[in-house]
Amino acid sequence: MNSVFSFARLGALLIKEFIQMRRDRITFAMMLGVPLLQLVLFGYAINNDPKSLPAALVATSNDPYTRAIVAALQTTGYYRFDHVAQSAEEAEFLMARGDVAFVVTIPADFGRRVERGDNPQILIEADATDPAAASGAISTLSKVASQALLRAQGMQEAAAENARGQLDVVVHQRYNPEGVSQYNIVPGLLGVILQMTLVMMTSIALTRETERGTMENLLAMPSSPFEIMLGKVLPYLVVGGVQVVVVLSASKLLFAIPFAGSISLLLSAVLVFVLALVLLGYTISTIARTQMQALQLTFFFFLPSILLSGFMFPYRGMPGWAQTFGEIFPLTHFLRITRAVMLKGAELPAVAGEIAWLVAFVGLFAGVALVRFRRTLD
Amino acid sequence: MNAIDVHGLVKRFGDKTVVDHVTMTVAEGEIVGFLGPNGSGKTTTIRIMCGLLTPDEGEGTVLGFNIHTESLRIKREVGYMTQKFSFYEDLTISENLEFVARLYRLKPVEEHVAKTLEELGLTTRRNQLAGTLSGGWKQRLALAACIMHKPKLLLLDEPTAGVDPKARREFWDEIHRLASGGLTVLVSTHYMDEAERCHRIGYISYGKMLATGTVDEVVKNAGLTTFVLQGPRLDQVADALKGRPGVDQVAPFGATLHVVGSDKAKLEKALADVEKQHKGVTVKPGETSLEDVFIQFMSGSKDNMA
Repeated sequence: MNSVFSFARLGALLIKEFIQMRRDRITFAMMLGVPLLQLVLFGYAINNDPKSLPAALVATSNDPYTRAIVAALQTTGYYRFDHVAQSAEEAEFLMARGDVAFVVTIPADFGRRVERGDNPQILIEADATDPAAASGAISTLSKVASQALLRAQGMQEAAAENARGQLDVVVHQRYNPEGVSQYNIVPGLLGVILQMTLVMMTSIALTRETERGTMENLLAMPSSPFEIMLGKVLPYLVVGGVQVVVVLSASKLLFAIPFAGSISLLLSAVLVFVLALVLLGYTISTIARTQMQALQLTFFFFLPSILLSGFMFPYRGMPGWAQTFGEIFPLTHFLRITRAVMLKGAELPAVAGEIAWLVAFVGLFAGVALVRFRRTLD
Repeated sequence: MNAIDVHGLVKRFGDKTVVDHVTMTVAEGEIVGFLGPNGSGKTTTIRIMCGLLTPDEGEGTVLGFNIHTESLRIKREVGYMTQKFSFYEDLTISENLEFVARLYRLKPVEEHVAKTLEELGLTTRRNQLAGTLSGGWKQRLALAACIMHKPKLLLLDEPTAGVDPKARREFWDEIHRLASGGLTVLVSTHYMDEAERCHRIGYISYGKMLATGTVDEVVKNAGLTTFVLQGPRLDQVADALKGRPGVDQVAPFGATLHVVGSDKAKLEKALADVEKQHKGVTVKPGETSLEDVFIQFMSGSKDNMA
């Protein structure tokens, strides 16, 4: 007889868990009601603005005019040029992956055109998936660039020829041209809602058995910690699946969120994310002694993850330490994936790093839970 | 081979020694009663035997399996009925039994469940939620669930607490039926009549095993003397007796007074004094009951938990 795993025993645990889930009407209503309530509430209520946004510069020449404009943009405080891209393709990838919020392209003939007085152009592409985050930077842009250019010309030529050759700043709002706030909030809500319901429900998985006295019986019967964990966690994976369908349908119907990327890529990421969440909840339930404790631990985890993941406030608006801290939440990585895939149409290579984070969380939480699981009543 | 063979079991929780060098053997097919006051360590001892707790000290085997290293194998062969009802109240009787049948990998599940339901007379209630059952039916369900996988040893922790006398009688008839089929049973209880239905008993108090043997042996070894008093104004007689040297227990039983003491000479002297003071009181030798012995044990042992 295999003592570590048997499908029959797992089946027993799964069937039992589904029956209990069905009997518990209030919880069942919560699983469907809470997502919709939060979606509508946060979806319409949240709005907001940040500085020092990472930008990529695509500039092939290094003339004084180009330098002047870059310096001027940097002095606004909105732009932080920490990437220099060699090509438009490279810049495009940086933006899809979410490494930069802006791509500033200064054409090679920019300097020549300025000197010829031949309507010089620069192109600024903004990641408008978070329209609030980009709006401040864009609004100051045109004026700042023109003034910088004039100053630069003033230094070059003693006699300023102001009227000659107006600077033409072309702004492309990428992914969300109309700057609709919901486009940013709603994909994020998917992650927040999943986290809220799934972590909370699985966090009481074991403590509920302990409090009802059924744990003693469960432990006295032949079931391995691995089976008990899967038996507790898998039903909620299904619940998570239902929630995903509800939220994505509502995003489409209520908020008309565009869906740019591959649905299968998004769903795969969601699966890993949900697995990480239910295992996190289960880990909490191996630590907490009572249901009350489990819920307290869950809330203790919720608040920072919502505030620091980039859901509530633009991630880039946070100080460096907070950004580093934000990395330890699965939600942070999931938000990047959903926004990238849903709004930017990102492909697997662009989000592979974030998915790897989620996979690592799954391994970590499952490992901790199995180590923490008390096989006896000691 | 003994079904249970453990010696020197010690279990501590913090600085409290809950089980203090308990040694116990139970032969196959035997029904052994496990008695002792609340908090005496009965439940802890039973939990050690079924692998739910690891002892801090002590060795032993249950069904030939080492209690330290083979608790998983013990779990498969033992049926453990917990003191508190510990099946799922939001599952029906048959759903609970199906759950257990699948965990023990009994095949086919439906057949095992149907047979168990039939044997314990639960068929008509099979679709009732376990949480809505009365105490007697819950106990029946719990017993059904822990014998379904045909264990070789049953560990029952106060199985009849809160169950009416008829259900208790039926429960014990069932236990004897199972034991005659070769099943070994260790059952903890507070009821003297249940203790008397066991082949052997063990008495534990504050973690220490104070007496083991058949009921007669335990009563005899306790070395108590009992007298039965009859006459008028027994309440005054009782007050007069209490606290006198040699008088350990004074308990009214209907129109009589049972007086118990461990020192026969002192007890007889005390009774002679009282007999002189109270006219019309007659003193006759009585038979010491198991209950007298237990009361004696309980008042004699120090509470090391306080």
